[in-house]
Amino acid sequence: MAVRSFLLQVNGCEHAVQAEEATPLLTILRNDCDLKGSRFGCGAGQCGACHVLLGGVSVPACDTPLWAAQGKAVVTVEGLGRGDVLHPLQQAFVDEQAAQCGYCLSGILISAAALLQQQPHPTEQQVRQVLDRHLCRCGTHNRIVRAVLRAAAGAAA
Amino acid sequence: MLPGGLNTNRRLSQWLAIHADGTVSVCSGKVEFGQGIGTVLAQIAAEELDVAVSRIRLVPASTVAGPNEGMTAGSLSVQESGGALRQACAEARLLYLQAAVKQFHLAEDALHRLEVVDGCIRVRGDQAGPATSYWALADATLLECEANGLARPKDAAAHGGVQMVQRLDIPDKLSGRPRFIHDVRLPGMLYGRVLHPPSPGAMLADVDLAAVQALPGVVCTVRDGSFLGVVADNEYRAGQALKQLAAAAHWREFSALPDMHELPAFLRAQPAETTLAGEKKPADAAGLLPAATRRFQAAYSRPFLAHASIAPSCAIARYQPASIDIWTHSQGIYPLRADLALVLAVPAETITVQHVEGAGCYGHNGADDVACDAALLARAVPGLAVQVVWTREDELGCSPFGAAMAVELQAEVGADGLIADWRHEVWSTGHSMRPGRSTVPVLLAATLLEQPFAPQIATNMPLASGGGAERNAVPLYDFAQWLVLNHRTLTMPIRTSSLRSLGAHCNVFAIESFLDEIAAGLEVDPLAFRLRHLADPRGRAVLEAVAQMAGWSGRKSRLSDAEGQGMGLAFAKYKNTGAYCAVVASVTAGHELRVDKLWIAVDVGRVVSTDGVINQIEGGAIQTVSWVLKEAVQFDRTRILSTSWENYPILRFSEVPQVEVQIIDRPDCKSVGAGEATHGPVTAAIANAVADALGVRVRNLPLTTDNITRAALAEETSS
Repeated sequence: MAVRSFLLQVNGCEHAVQAEEATPLLTILRNDCDLKGSRFGCGAGQCGACHVLLGGVSVPACDTPLWAAQGKAVVTVEGLGRGDVLHPLQQAFVDEQAAQCGYCLSGILISAAALLQQQPHPTEQQVRQVLDRHLCRCGTHNRIVRAVLRAAAGAAA
Repeated sequence: MLPGGLNTNRRLSQWLAIHADGTVSVCSGKVEFGQGIGTVLAQIAAEELDVAVSRIRLVPASTVAGPNEGMTAGSLSVQESGGALRQACAEARLLYLQAAVKQFHLAEDALHRLEVVDGCIRVRGDQAGPATSYWALADATLLECEANGLARPKDAAAHGGVQMVQRLDIPDKLSGRPRFIHDVRLPGMLYGRVLHPPSPGAMLADVDLAAVQALPGVVCTVRDGSFLGVVADNEYRAGQALKQLAAAAHWREFSALPDMHELPAFLRAQPAETTLAGEKKPADAAGLLPAATRRFQAAYSRPFLAHASIAPSCAIARYQPASIDIWTHSQGIYPLRADLALVLAVPAETITVQHVEGAGCYGHNGADDVACDAALLARAVPGLAVQVVWTREDELGCSPFGAAMAVELQAEVGADGLIADWRHEVWSTGHSMRPGRSTVPVLLAATLLEQPFAPQIATNMPLASGGGAERNAVPLYDFAQWLVLNHRTLTMPIRTSSLRSLGAHCNVFAIESFLDEIAAGLEVDPLAFRLRHLADPRGRAVLEAVAQMAGWSGRKSRLSDAEGQGMGLAFAKYKNTGAYCAVVASVTAGHELRVDKLWIAVDVGRVVSTDGVINQIEGGAIQTVSWVLKEAVQFDRTRILSTSWENYPILRFSEVPQVEVQIIDRPDCKSVGAGEATHGPVTAAIANAVADALGVRVRNLPLTTDNITRAALAEETSS
């Protein structure tokens, strides 16, 4: 219940935050760090819209309390690219026009980035299994999978 | 008569503005929710004006400026707003050419010798001659005039075919830049949360607000009858306060819900308004029809369906006595404004409504309701903006639902093997309860207030505008005689309104399943049987195209009975006036049903954006697979139970079929929308494929293992 000071490492920058320790990381990122890219979908870790990398692992930020993020590197979708240069995944999504409403994309990009770090040349089945944690209601699934595979193939070239 | 929204919003400056800095602002009354309409409109404007698409700036719809185009619904945006914008741009171009002619000191008829290349104006073929540009001539007063219909948009051929334009909104969305309504942060903005009733019709008996008001960060609580909410200065604390509010509130609940396993019987038993959707009697007197040799009858149904958007509904409101500002992802900002004016008891002109994008919108969802929630909370803190985000439970449980439907079909086949008589009856609540259409508001909070508005019942829009429950019930096929009746139930224990494709989903599911049942009874191929009854060349073309794509004629030799594989075919023309769509589905019915592949052939008339069409067709198809395989709103006799992703599961990545789309472009035909073309045909194609795979006809959606087993057992006991 008490407000305390925390130091967060987000996208390579330090953020000093005053908040209750149980505050979901998602709320802190969106409000205190003013990073709107990670999205609120359910607050229960069930839809994947809020995923961020925490120590390199894709986790639901809505289900991660602030205290658990201290001392670990947090990467949000805003941190995937570098300035105006898109991450190869983001570029692949543009090339495949892999979006409709786009609300689910932030979380998906994070999980896909984590996958490609672990497994640079995944099979389609592996991509789909990793993305099973992410819901998409507009039906953009196949484009998204094509974009991830395209990014993986591009890395090989 | 001017095209689309231009007819009622005639001032050109409502639609576009040309700026000295080399850009063109374009404003539409239609809103973006991921269907790509913004980009299509930008493309249309660029084509007609002869400028690069990169110069177009899209201005969000608002009641301050811009045209009033009612609702973004019914797959009408390309047709209506696109048509209006095309005409407005053609007229603007002409006005600027007239200005250029004056500047060049040429005669009026020299207009026809001018050309525009990316905004640059000169005499065709005279590179050394006088030149100017839209930007040099930019003058706001030029477009402060009404459209007159004299300029003609270019022919499709003049555009050099359909251009591939990347979606303008995608880069921001991929980079996480703020652009959704959830991302808006106004100075001093507070966070509101509303405690909605735990069940339909529930009333607040009592609530201890003192404990909630004392919580850190809470600015105030709001109670008005059964409307209950809290405003805080911190989003986390707003959520915590909501939990306390839930614990502190006591509700009187009513068991007013039907048995969810007996919906068709429930629907048929309700008092209803019956209308004749249409009928065809043979030209000759009765008796000259071929005698019926076979009679067929079957009943079909679908459950209540949820919109299930990935983002919960959200709105921002700021209330000052003479000026109320609303930010919303509503599909209709003017209709919303009308209903808000009724609830807040203020003149509509004091309310400004501005559209900001939400997540995917598939019809009349909670966007309007949450705008009212925000306004009521904001009224308690005048001058401060309040942002309300619904919880996931609210989003799944309180948004209007897609209506459950029961359909009964009867047919008689003559000795000639053709359908001689056809009867289609629908039982359903209305499919439309949108704001702005009545003197009584339909926003969720309206019935909860201390001085409540009377609860309304959903209606159906006129069939001439596409209809609701009876959408696509009138057959497109050439039957000698047919009759279509619609029974709109007058009780509505569960709130229903428009969900993508409205009644077309269940009606096409029923019609196309029934045609397969008849074809099977006559031992005729389902494709051949449909073609026998369909003279419409565009309909025939999509059917033949999809059959070709899927290898329909050779399917029997390829599919393995042992592995439970099957293929099914279906067709519809959306609303009988929209897109033509034919689908073949391939399924494997193992211990679970899996849709392996969908082939889709579609004709949307003149294509503006090829990728836009494909995206909408693929997206609609995959969403439909989710509806068909998994979805039914769960409820007991008191409460809606589907309030989380766990008890309302939707299709996941590893369950999604391959989808192959072919578009038949018709440059000389009117452009129609693609967003709702697939829902009916994909559903029926899957059901037909299941029948092919298992020999079991499932007539009640969803096609879960339970429902398939139930159907199989029912067939066994009846045979």
